[in-house]
Amino acid sequence: MGLLELKNVSKTFGQGINKNEVLSDINLSVEDGEFVAIVGFSGSGKTTLINLINGLLFPDSGEVLLDGSPISGPGPDRGMIFQNYSLLPWLSVYSNVKLAVDEVFSKLSKKEKDAHIRKYIDMVNLTPAVDKKPSELSGGMRQRVSVARTLAINPKILLMDEPLSALDALTRGTLQQEILKIWNQEKKTVILITNDVDEGILMADRIIPLTPGPKATLGPESKVTIERPRNVTQLNQNPEYKRLRNDILEYLIDVGATRKQVSDQKYILPELKPVMPGRVVFGRRRKKEAVKYF
Amino acid sequence: MKNKSIKTLKFLGLGFLEPLIHMIDGEERRKNATRFVKGSLLPLVSIFLFIFLWHQGAMALYNSEAKERIEKARIEQGEQAALDMKACIESGEVSCQPNTLPSPAKVYQAYIALWQDHLSISQKKSEFKEKVSETNAQREAQGLDPITYTGRPSFLDQIGTSLKTVAAGFLLAMLIAVPIGVVIGLSDSLRTAFNWLIQIFKPVSPVVWLLLVFMVVKTVIKDPSIDKSFIISSISVGLCAMWATLVNTSMGVSSVDKDYLNVAKVLKLNIGQNIFKIVLPASLPLIFTGLRITVSVAWMVLIAIELLAQSPGLGSFVWEEFQNGGNDSNAKIIVAMFVIGIIGFVLDRIMLSVQNLMTFNKGIA
Repeated sequence: MGLLELKNVSKTFGQGINKNEVLSDINLSVEDGEFVAIVGFSGSGKTTLINLINGLLFPDSGEVLLDGSPISGPGPDRGMIFQNYSLLPWLSVYSNVKLAVDEVFSKLSKKEKDAHIRKYIDMVNLTPAVDKKPSELSGGMRQRVSVARTLAINPKILLMDEPLSALDALTRGTLQQEILKIWNQEKKTVILITNDVDEGILMADRIIPLTPGPKATLGPESKVTIERPRNVTQLNQNPEYKRLRNDILEYLIDVGATRKQVSDQKYILPELKPVMPGRVVFGRRRKKEAVKYF
Repeated sequence: MKNKSIKTLKFLGLGFLEPLIHMIDGEERRKNATRFVKGSLLPLVSIFLFIFLWHQGAMALYNSEAKERIEKARIEQGEQAALDMKACIESGEVSCQPNTLPSPAKVYQAYIALWQDHLSISQKKSEFKEKVSETNAQREAQGLDPITYTGRPSFLDQIGTSLKTVAAGFLLAMLIAVPIGVVIGLSDSLRTAFNWLIQIFKPVSPVVWLLLVFMVVKTVIKDPSIDKSFIISSISVGLCAMWATLVNTSMGVSSVDKDYLNVAKVLKLNIGQNIFKIVLPASLPLIFTGLRITVSVAWMVLIAIELLAQSPGLGSFVWEEFQNGGNDSNAKIIVAMFVIGIIGFVLDRIMLSVQNLMTFNKGIA
């Protein structure tokens, strides 16, 4: 049995006509120390799925088990890295991390806490910016603070909800490598939610597609057997990578297409003939007037 | 140095002087000169225009009032009386001056008079203090209350009293509105439960609040040695002005970004930590916006309340001058009007600076 188990989980929002079954019949088992990526289109219910795991939401049916016992709410044993960083803008980098450390390691002495906080800020290479406010940091730096804050509480599982999707491609690449490096050091269980198949293959041991919602469910999983450390440039030549990428993308596009057919709607377009400006002739032709557009 | 002084100026609300500093520094002189003219000389021009129009209007009113007086004297007492009246008005004698809107010059004279009045009263006060210092020392030794100056307060004393009343009212408003606002903001059910009360009491006029407070205070405080008028007016000011803070606080607390609350949930903060570490800091900007509105409302309402409550201060000064009907009373009332306006403006500026200090950049959280 895995560290984290989801059994026949489904989640519905709304009532009556607005009832919308977002997730249905999700089954997932994550082993200790594993890096699992879940990929899917935006709007397919990825965030709902991760909120079920971190305890911000509860399933309507089925159960979410951590170490064999059902999850009763959010807790620091599941560290969460949010898509929009969720840093507190009135606190400095140090204080943002300190807030979490104070709460989880309340028994440590002041000195130990300080060392602990600085260790994790150093781990994400933010020591020079330790006293800055989030508004003075770039997007990538903010996400690093969020990573440091989450790692500092020493969670059993690291949950990442599209952590890099708001960043530019270059920053994303560096942060991917950094997260992998840290994962390698800390040996945490990680669940990564992403909309980028490449990112999933680059980072994860196992990659699972989530079909588009409503009634989203997990598709067939694929193991990523490419040897670590993985490098983006080498990866592009790797036949295994190409095969995986094509398989998953094809699957996602296929299920997306069938989904579209179900909710096919006919659009009636007004019958209009395109008209070229300046060529319209009302009554008699006015030859002398040149058409001026500007 | 330069950037620092610009920053300080902006913080103090004197940002319009910024181009002047650039200009002195020799930076794009022409451009900064235009900016300075636009920013500070144009308001000056409009002030002069205002004073000019005021002067013209006051003169017109003065002339029409004078004409009417002469006409009235002619009808009631004949041609000779009319001529006498005309001569009397032209000579500038106090007894027959037309009583109307005073001109700017007269207001300035009244201002000087009030200032000299203050100087003479404070001199009297210090003399009195010297005179009674020995007696007071003896009385203190015997355990008696010291003798205090009980003469007429000067205009500046009245301003001080008004400021004290507003400060007391503002503190009261803050102490009531912020905690209640936080509690109401945290709970949806409490908000629905008390919304009707806020909506109904918010628009109630200051006068009614004063009467209500009067009813209660009169019964509660029976000791005649306590200054009731101060208590009544400051409580009424507080009650009138607290609604803006209450509404803003509850709104700020209830609309804290969900992301911050999720952080609190994931870290399992308890309710106290949640309030003091997440909710309050996140809603501080809105709370201070509310407090700023509260200060300006308090100051505005204060004058009316003092006027009615007979408590000393600018309001009663205005009312007494109106009742006096002295020949420079109207001018003094207008001096008071400007003082009230300027103090209100300064209070608002102070609150704005505090508010800016408290506001973090929410957009890039």
